[in-house]
Amino acid sequence: MKEMTCIVCPNGCVLKAEEKEGEIRVAGNGCRRGIDFAVSELRCPMRTVCSTVRTVFPEMPVVPVRVSCEIPKDRIFDVMKEIDRVVLKNRAGRGDVLLRNVLGLGADVIVTSSMLKNAV
Amino acid sequence: MTVYDVLVIGGGPGGLAAAIAAKKEGARVLLIEREARLGGVLKQCIHDGFGLLKFGERLSGPEYAERYEEEFHELSIEYKLQTFVTSVRKTEDIFHVYAVNDKGIREYQTKTMILATGCRERTAKQVFIHGTRPAGVFTAGTAQYFVNIMGQMPARRCVILGSGDIGLIMARRLTLEGAKVLGVYEAKPAPSGLARNLVQCLEDYDIPLYLSHTVTRVFGAGRLTGVEIAGVEGNMKPVPGTERQVECDTLILSVGLIPENEMAESLGVPLDPATKGPFCDNQFMTEAEGVFSCGNSVHVHDLADYVSESGETAGKAAASYKKKKRNRIPIQTDASLQYLVPQRLDADSDLSSVILYFRSREILEEGILTVTVDGRTVFAKKYRNLKPPEMKRLKIDFERAGLTGESRIRVCIAKGGDTR
Repeated sequence: MKEMTCIVCPNGCVLKAEEKEGEIRVAGNGCRRGIDFAVSELRCPMRTVCSTVRTVFPEMPVVPVRVSCEIPKDRIFDVMKEIDRVVLKNRAGRGDVLLRNVLGLGADVIVTSSMLKNAV
Repeated sequence: MTVYDVLVIGGGPGGLAAAIAAKKEGARVLLIEREARLGGVLKQCIHDGFGLLKFGERLSGPEYAERYEEEFHELSIEYKLQTFVTSVRKTEDIFHVYAVNDKGIREYQTKTMILATGCRERTAKQVFIHGTRPAGVFTAGTAQYFVNIMGQMPARRCVILGSGDIGLIMARRLTLEGAKVLGVYEAKPAPSGLARNLVQCLEDYDIPLYLSHTVTRVFGAGRLTGVEIAGVEGNMKPVPGTERQVECDTLILSVGLIPENEMAESLGVPLDPATKGPFCDNQFMTEAEGVFSCGNSVHVHDLADYVSESGETAGKAAASYKKKKRNRIPIQTDASLQYLVPQRLDADSDLSSVILYFRSREILEEGILTVTVDGRTVFAKKYRNLKPPEMKRLKIDFERAGLTGESRIRVCIAKGGDTR
């Protein structure tokens, strides 16, 4: 049996997950999402990545970005490497895609602020 | 001179929500912000998790703030940036707000004020650390500003003191950017941050958390070269003989937040020692007529969604403010609660869905919160895993509670799982 803290929402339920004959049983979850989290945590833990990319604009040297959906936890640093390679040369805004389907993981890297775009 | 109905000080999530709500009620609104951009601290909170309650989405801080900013601009609300309120004077029923910006000193007049001034980080001066005064000691918020706004790395090998949420978030952020975070040291026997942040910011990156440990000394002439760590006993005193040195170039402090209430104090607004923010009623009006407060200046929240919620309540109430004799019923709590907000109910207001925010004093595996009016239980709720770092929110219908001006409202948490 594995004990874990659910990170889906701020409630942070303490989950107890047990795998028996290929089936995962979950206890301690406050809602349905806790079950999905526990199953994913045992099979392939998924996380989001939030970071910044460099820009060529001196007044805003970095702009915040995130992945559009979760990626496998063990690929976080690989995705960080890709994010670090980007230098933004246009005034992109919130939701604009900088890296489509990053490393084939099914997630895009998107800009999360329009402050660069609105600063004109 | 224009007399505004509502003047909001602060353009973070609380102030934005307050201004929007007041404007929607038809009020003439002015918002004053000291920084060059709206959004408050959310501009630098690039991690996600904002808006889960408000929008059902996992947004980053800037995304969350910009949703409000866009609505704010759509409503054509007046605002002043890089403008700093220096003093407020009240004559008759009008507040005279004096503010300074690049145009000079200006006076604004308003019928009500909403203080949405947020909170401040405790600094190195407020925690007792001996030693030299080297560079490399930052609050977590300052480090966050360096990395996320300026794009500069403030640390290579770093120690974090305090397990507040911003410290945990920065432990992860610095690790992602290539720094080595040697550990998070917390003087208390329990972590101060949210459980989910302990998992996704520390455990995920194998960053150790040392409870009942603190930093007692810093070393270094120009730049920090190391810190001394010591074990701590129950009374928060370092234990002699447990000291050891850790080599590092940066010490990041995440040792608590304090509501910012200089303006409130200058207006003579009484503060609750438990929250360090103004005593408020369910409309978020303080004890001073026409002065409202919301968000982290009332009490430190752990979620921005609740900051916005309180701003909305304050904004709506300020827009329909009328001077009158107040009939306020205090909500009493016992030692089982660290605090409860609001501290009073306005008996003449709509009490059908009063929102209460509270923090438990102790960690309780099981607890029951009960609300009694004159000894009668009007509300009870069972909780699992109550923790002081995790603020709880309740919605209660007091209309049916048979309140009178003399009613005694009490809120307490009993240990265990029996409702009796």
